[in-house]
This record gives sequence, C-alpha cells and structure tokens, in this order.
Amino acid sequence: MSMAMVLTPLPVLIPMVGAALTLFAGRRPRLQRVITLAALCVVVAVCAALLYLTDRDGTLALHVGGWGPTSAGVGPLGITLVVDRLSALMLVVSSIVLLCVVFYAIGQGIRDGDERQPVSIFLPTYLVLSAGVCTAFLAGDLFNLFVGFEVLLSASFVLLTIGASKDRVRAGIAYVMVSMVSSLVFLFGIALVYAATGTLNMAEVAVRLDSVSAGTRTALFAVLLVAFGIKAAVFPLSTWLPDSYPTAPAPVTAVFAGLLTKVGVYAIIRAHSLLFPTGGLDPLLLVAALLTMLIGILGAIAQSDIKRLLSFTLVSHIGYMVFGIALSSQLGMSGAIYYVAHHIVVQTTLFLVVGLIERQAGASTLQRLGGLAAVSPVLAFLFVVPALNLGGIPPFSGFIGKVALLEAGAQSGSVLAWLLVGGGVLTSLLTLYVVTRVWTKAFWRSREDAPEGHLSAAAPSVLLDEPEDIQFVDRDHVGRMPVGMLLPTGALITVGLTLTVLAGPIFSYSGRAADEVLDRQQYISAVLGGPQ
Amino acid sequence: MTTFLVPLLLIGGLTSAGVYLLLERNLTRMLLGLLLIGNAINLLILTVGSASGNPPIRGRTSNGDTTTADPLAQGMILTAIVISMGIAAFVLALTYRSYRLNTAEEVSDDPEDTRVSQLAERDGVPLEDDRPEPDKAKDTDAPDELDALPGLEGSR
Repeated sequence: MSMAMVLTPLPVLIPMVGAALTLFAGRRPRLQRVITLAALCVVVAVCAALLYLTDRDGTLALHVGGWGPTSAGVGPLGITLVVDRLSALMLVVSSIVLLCVVFYAIGQGIRDGDERQPVSIFLPTYLVLSAGVCTAFLAGDLFNLFVGFEVLLSASFVLLTIGASKDRVRAGIAYVMVSMVSSLVFLFGIALVYAATGTLNMAEVAVRLDSVSAGTRTALFAVLLVAFGIKAAVFPLSTWLPDSYPTAPAPVTAVFAGLLTKVGVYAIIRAHSLLFPTGGLDPLLLVAALLTMLIGILGAIAQSDIKRLLSFTLVSHIGYMVFGIALSSQLGMSGAIYYVAHHIVVQTTLFLVVGLIERQAGASTLQRLGGLAAVSPVLAFLFVVPALNLGGIPPFSGFIGKVALLEAGAQSGSVLAWLLVGGGVLTSLLTLYVVTRVWTKAFWRSREDAPEGHLSAAAPSVLLDEPEDIQFVDRDHVGRMPVGMLLPTGALITVGLTLTVLAGPIFSYSGRAADEVLDRQQYISAVLGGPQ
Repeated sequence: MTTFLVPLLLIGGLTSAGVYLLLERNLTRMLLGLLLIGNAINLLILTVGSASGNPPIRGRTSNGDTTTADPLAQGMILTAIVISMGIAAFVLALTYRSYRLNTAEEVSDDPEDTRVSQLAERDGVPLEDDRPEPDKAKDTDAPDELDALPGLEGSR
C-alpha cells in the first residue's frame, strides 16, 4: 500500500464526509464553516501531493476494493481511480478555486448575512459539489465518470436555485432540463460503448475499440461528444449557459463558471485522446470551436449585465480549449491544458470581483454602474488585472496560453487551422473590447451618466435573491469591502499571476501532461498492468 | 450475441415518445419525457448486456440455465434508476414552486434575452438605454382598422 494508493481516493472521500458532518452541524454555523474550510484545505494539500507524485512516478491507478485485473486475464471489475498529470493539475487548480470561493462565501455571509440566509444547506451542498468535481477528474471508468457528473449536477441544481426566488426557479428549470438531457445522452453513449466493447473501464475500452469498425467508433464518439459538449457549453449546445448562471449568488456563479464547464472539457480531452485517438471528427470539432469563439464573444458584446457578459466570454473561451484539443498535436494539447488551468482561475476571479461590485455599488448591470474607479481604487485594481488577463494582454497567462494555441494552429498548417488562428486573434481582440467596455462604463464614467444610475438594490444580498430597487442616494452605506471577501479574491489573482510568473515550469509541466495524455499505451498499462 | 426485436422496438417507441414530450413547454410533460427516455436507456443497457441466465449470485440457479446473467448491466440500471428518481423528485418540487410563483408550470423566456433581442430593432440607440415605455394612451377600446378586416366586422 503505497502513499499514492492512500491519497488517491481522498479528494472524493474528504468532501463527502465533510458534507455529512456539516449536515449534522446544521444548527451551528460556526462549526459548519470550520469543517468546510478544514476539509477543503486538506483536499488542496492532498491534490498538491498527488501532483508531485504523478509528476515523479507517472500515472497512478487504484482499483477500489481490490477488484483489479487478475493474473487469470480478467479485466478490472470494480471502480478504478486514475491520476495522471492532467487530472492532478485539474485537481490542484479546482481545489484551490473551491477553497477560495468558499472562503469568499463565508466572508460574505459573516459580514452581510442574517438569520434568513439558508446557510445550513449551502455548505453541505457545496462540499458535495466538490466531491463530484473530484470524482469526475479521478474516474477511470465511464460509468464512474457519469456518477461524478450526476453528483456535481445534483449539487449544482440545489446551489443554482437556492432561496427559490422567481428568477432562480426560471433559470433553474432550464438548467435542470438541459443537464438532464445531456446526462441521458451520456448514459445512452455508455450503453452503446458497453454494447460495442462489453466493458466500461476506459483503459479496457481503449484496447477493445481498436478492433471495432471505424464507422461504429465514430458514431460512439459523436454520441459522447454531444453529451460532453452540452456540459462544456460548446456551440451550438451552449445556449443554456448564459441564461442560467447569472441568476445564482456570486460565489455560486463563480465556482460554476470556473469548474463545471471545465469538467466537460476534461471529459472531451479523455475521450478524444484515450478512447478515440484517430481524430476522425477533428474537422467538426474545429468548426465547432471557431463558432463557439465567435458567437460567444459577439453575444457578450450585446449584453449589459456584467454577469451575463462574463458568461458569454466563458462560452467563447471554451472554443480555445476545443481548438487545442482538435488539433491532435502535442503543442495543441499542451496549450489546451495550460489554457484550461488559466481559464478556471481567471473566470472565477472575475465573477468574484463582480460579486464585490454588486455589494459595493448595488448593481451588476452596466445601465446602473459608474464611477467605481474613484469610489474604490482597490476594486478597480481587482477588476483590471484578471480582465486584462482574460483579454490576453502580454505578459499575462491568457496571452501565453493563446500564443501556444495559435502556434499549434500554425504548425498544423491546414486551411481550417489557419481560419481558427484568425478567429482566435479576433476573439481575443473582441474580448479586450468587451472588458474595456465594462471598464469605461462601470469604472470611468460618473454614475450620473448611467441611464439608470439613480437606482440600486436595497441591501447587499448574500445567498437570497432580493430584487428590491431603491434610489441609490437612499441606500445605506455598505462600508468597506470585507476582508473575508477581499482575501480570497486577491489570492486567486495571485494564483493567476503565478501562472504568468512561473509560466516556464508550468508550461513545461502541461507539456509533459500532454505527452502523457497522448501516449495511450502508458495509461493502458498503468491501469491494466501490462508491460511496464 | 442474439438480440430480440421486441425490446428494441420498445426502446425506439419509448425514446420517440419521450423526445416528443420533452419538446413541450409544460414541465410535467417534460419530466415524463425525461423519465420515458431514461427507461428506454435502461432497457437498452439490459438488452446489450450479455445473455440472460441464472441470477448473478453464487450458487443460485433457476430453470436449469447454464449461463449467469450480466451483473454489471443490472448494477448500472439500478444506479441510473436511483439517480433519475432523485432528480425527478427535485424537478417536481421545482415545478410546484414555479406554479406557486407564476401560476404556470411552463418554461418561460429569459427576460434579459428578450430585451437584448429587441435591441436590434432599434438602430442607433445606445445599448444601455432603457426600452421606451409603450404608449398606453393609444390602447383604447375604440374600433380601429383591424376591426374592419373582412369577416371580423363588429367582432368587438
């Protein structure tokens, strides 16, 4: 029983046990907060250890309960957890984001919360969501991946409709329905894979698919792509996202935007490189990536609510990752992996900053905002760093990731790849335009110039949605930004800057991760125990 | 591997009925659609698993079968049933809440979407401006040109 064998299941187990404990401590908010923070801190430490171990020893596979492959030639029967460099990186970045966001939510709850806030279910559900995300990143078989998706989706349904106000119920209904359809399509894909190969363990599926006819393989991949494409919000399966995310409370939107779509991207990477490595659908994926980028960002231009605007940029930038994956090259994959890490951090940070804007200025729509740069220079700084990072201004990590992807596109050299290089540059410029628009409207002009600048929400809302409008001048002064909200936002900005400052080592790590992902044989032999 | 036609027809029928219901706007029908598709997929998993036979418990036989049924397919179906039951309960709660709030159990349009889509019709107006209030004074009960359409005369 090596160290890694003990560590591998912990990112799933700890949040699950934590969720149970916090549920029992429902009437003691302080104890709940301590348990949640402690659980997520331990998860961050465990994931960091896994990152170190996988980088040193290569792919680790754990057959839960000892139902692994036997010497008699029987394949693995039970649940398999696999960590390689890609999943370890995803785990580390997600756990840091999960910790920072919950810290932010707790800080907000302590400062602005009151008796009516439904905190007693918020933290347990949040921990279940964390467990689901970790399960999805660790899953070594398709059905366990499905269960991971379901766990995180069920938790996200509760978080999205928390308080059950009119807006949230409307958004929640659409979200639940679309997610359920994607789950059913995934389950359908699982049934078809089981029919074609007789197993669901990904390594074994990968081996057996080689003897399946090309047409069947393409059909299976297409079904799985539809399922993962809905989760990852790839155009034309992306329209649900900007409608449902913005109504949720700020920390919930932040963690959804950062993590949930990336779980879908991760699943696409696995399916594309491990199960269906022939790249038969690459042209289709490239076209989808181009359309995702352009249509997403054009949607963002038309929005006036900052949360919706950011949701559209989220959709748009998923296109970059799909672009990297669909190039089927080492540089493309490594750029995509680096870009996923960058985008999780930067998108979450921006949504947290919007939460701060909402608290300080009483609105998140550009029709009401103005003069924030003068009111709060700290807030302006907190916004401008991740915003420029998202827009891909050198030397930030967004620039580095995009350069890697564009270089990979140029290396590939096909007409479609060049089209995507052009589309990528255009999207980057339009992203910059979009964030500059937010900057000039919300931060630079005076609030009197805003068409509805005189209106504002009555009080800072924590988890409940209270759309009560009052005159801005009548609004009680909310005071300075709480340290409990500033610290995690600052911490995430620091993580984003670390991706820039340590770009060399991190990019070489993502290169090694890409090598490992593209080398199916070592994954298969790590799980099935073939020739080492 | 032998497959039987009847389960396959049943799967196809359930799926198409489910998709039809899912395209409705009424939430109860959409939920029923989801459940039908879920059952169709469960049936599909059962069909594509290996041949039927003895229950997958050591030492149990029935009807003198020589093969053992596929335990994995049954395990997966059980998991899928539990998950869909939980989600169905949640959707029902959400439907009831939506009915209490809106006295309607339908999927409604996103108001912000509607607002943005109407912006295109008003060229040259800055994005942030509010939509002008409709002129309510014009909305009277007096007969207008629409009432003079053939066949509708005097319909008021």
